[in-house]
Amino acid sequence: MAPKKPTTTDVQLRYLAHARSGDKGDTANVGLIALEPEFYSLLVKQVTVARVKRHFKGMVGGVERFELPNLRALNFLLHEALDGGGTLSLKTDAQGKVFSTALLRMSIPVPASLARRVVPPAGRSARKHR
Amino acid sequence: MTKIVRIASGQGFWGDWLEAPVRQAEGGPIDYLMMDYLAEVTMSIMQKQKSRDPTRGYARDFVPLMERLLPDIAAGKFKVISNAGGVNPRGCVEGVLEGADRLGVRGKVRLGLVTGDDILPRLDELLANGHQLTNLDTGRPLLEVRDQVVSANAYLGMEPMVEALAGGADVIVTGRVTDTGLTLAPMFFEFGWDPDDWDKVAAGTIAGHIIECGAQCSGGNLLKDWHTVPGMADPGFPIVEASPDGTFVVTKHKGTGGIVSVASVTEQLLYEMGDPHTYITPDGIADFTTIQLAQAGKNRVRVSGITGRPKTDSLKVSIAYFYGYKAVGTLVYSWPEAHDKAKAADRILRRRLQDLGLEFEEILTEYVGVDATHGRLAGPPDPDIAEVELRIGVRARTREPVERFTREIAPLVLTGPPSVTGFAGGRPAVQELVAYWPALIDRSVIEPHVRVEIVR
Repeated sequence: MAPKKPTTTDVQLRYLAHARSGDKGDTANVGLIALEPEFYSLLVKQVTVARVKRHFKGMVGGVERFELPNLRALNFLLHEALDGGGTLSLKTDAQGKVFSTALLRMSIPVPASLARRVVPPAGRSARKHR
Repeated sequence: MTKIVRIASGQGFWGDWLEAPVRQAEGGPIDYLMMDYLAEVTMSIMQKQKSRDPTRGYARDFVPLMERLLPDIAAGKFKVISNAGGVNPRGCVEGVLEGADRLGVRGKVRLGLVTGDDILPRLDELLANGHQLTNLDTGRPLLEVRDQVVSANAYLGMEPMVEALAGGADVIVTGRVTDTGLTLAPMFFEFGWDPDDWDKVAAGTIAGHIIECGAQCSGGNLLKDWHTVPGMADPGFPIVEASPDGTFVVTKHKGTGGIVSVASVTEQLLYEMGDPHTYITPDGIADFTTIQLAQAGKNRVRVSGITGRPKTDSLKVSIAYFYGYKAVGTLVYSWPEAHDKAKAADRILRRRLQDLGLEFEEILTEYVGVDATHGRLAGPPDPDIAEVELRIGVRARTREPVERFTREIAPLVLTGPPSVTGFAGGRPAVQELVAYWPALIDRSVIEPHVRVEIVR
């Protein structure tokens, strides 16, 4: 019998990180900062370029990721995200000011014990992994 | 005792809280007050104002603000460094001198004027000499939009401001210098650092980046535990306490609101961040992955460990060119079925625009309350949602279709879905669109034209 994997629970990034975003032309950046130092390695492992691309599918073009272990933060560049950006964009969020919060909607699997600690009961995801 | 230089941020953008610089001046000791007024789009707005009236083209509210501060400056309490000059720094200096006249302190305050960033008058000469000013994003040559260019400015670094301080300036007014240079310059002047000491350049640059957006590093727009940030009716704007070894502390005056924490500084560090290893300025390259932050007391964050690399041979140029027109119209639909009503109105409006034969480069519809900030990630709206704002924007190269669009919003009130309100503002305005063209240029063709004058 295969060894039993630890139970994980999907948790929204809002319970693991805070974030700020800005713009450079048609690119939005999202700085994702671990709320507690020990969450950083989870973010590095789980908030991958592929996952972020999937999260924003149809909303952004290319995605780049940079690691800032000194700040326990990841920086994402989301290209072609702002409908042309700057003055041309017709979007409410033409300068990507709240793109950061859109990334915080993403869920990643974390150990169930951690999920119980960080998520208030009402916001806990029902879906469990084994 | 180690010399500490206190550099206070007074404005984070043109339109920031007007009380902030005065509170920085009155709330405790500071050595320098830096005020950042320029964003990418600001220069083109100022150029437009200058083309209508040659005495304008700078941040006009800088003058009455300086009138409130000039008595303290004349008394030697602190110096001011600002890029409020926009596309007319000379006009800005003249405005400040007139203010000094009114206060009777003319002659007691020396103004440093930095020019040479404005390359609009030299643009054809530069193009003729093979400087293509290729668009950094699209790779297109500037010649394609040459006739539409409204402003063109090279980003200058700290050097002319250091020179102005050495010349005894009490107030420095510049055009397009980097936001970070406003903070970097007093450090190099006070500590006599070597401009080739790239770690010091990087440290001062990062200090500048932290405070250039005003209170955005001291509690404003702070997401982490935002509801616990105290006293935001009277936020303390940030102050850098710089040390000769290149380390510094970010803090704010005692008795002010807001918070200076590792979290608040980290959020600001990541604002508008590109590749964190390579933050390029005219003065050098800073590596944000070397920054060490530590809480060093209440509302005090110590910053250390920063390293940098040599400056490049190029300067960034910010060019604005006329692009076309846009307008945004809104209407609010109420429960029941608010979202469905707004969607029906959008379909009707689009059909009418089509039947009129109007051509747009883009039509964008957002439903505020449903999808405006997070798109499909927000999920399906609550079917009982109280109201939804229909927000529809159009953009075109010519004015006519946009103008006609602005007349098609209000008619929906009586000719479309029910339960509609929120049109009291009248027809939306047609906005002229100026687009941004980022490029690089050899610093060797800019720097010989940079001038520093001391006037009083």
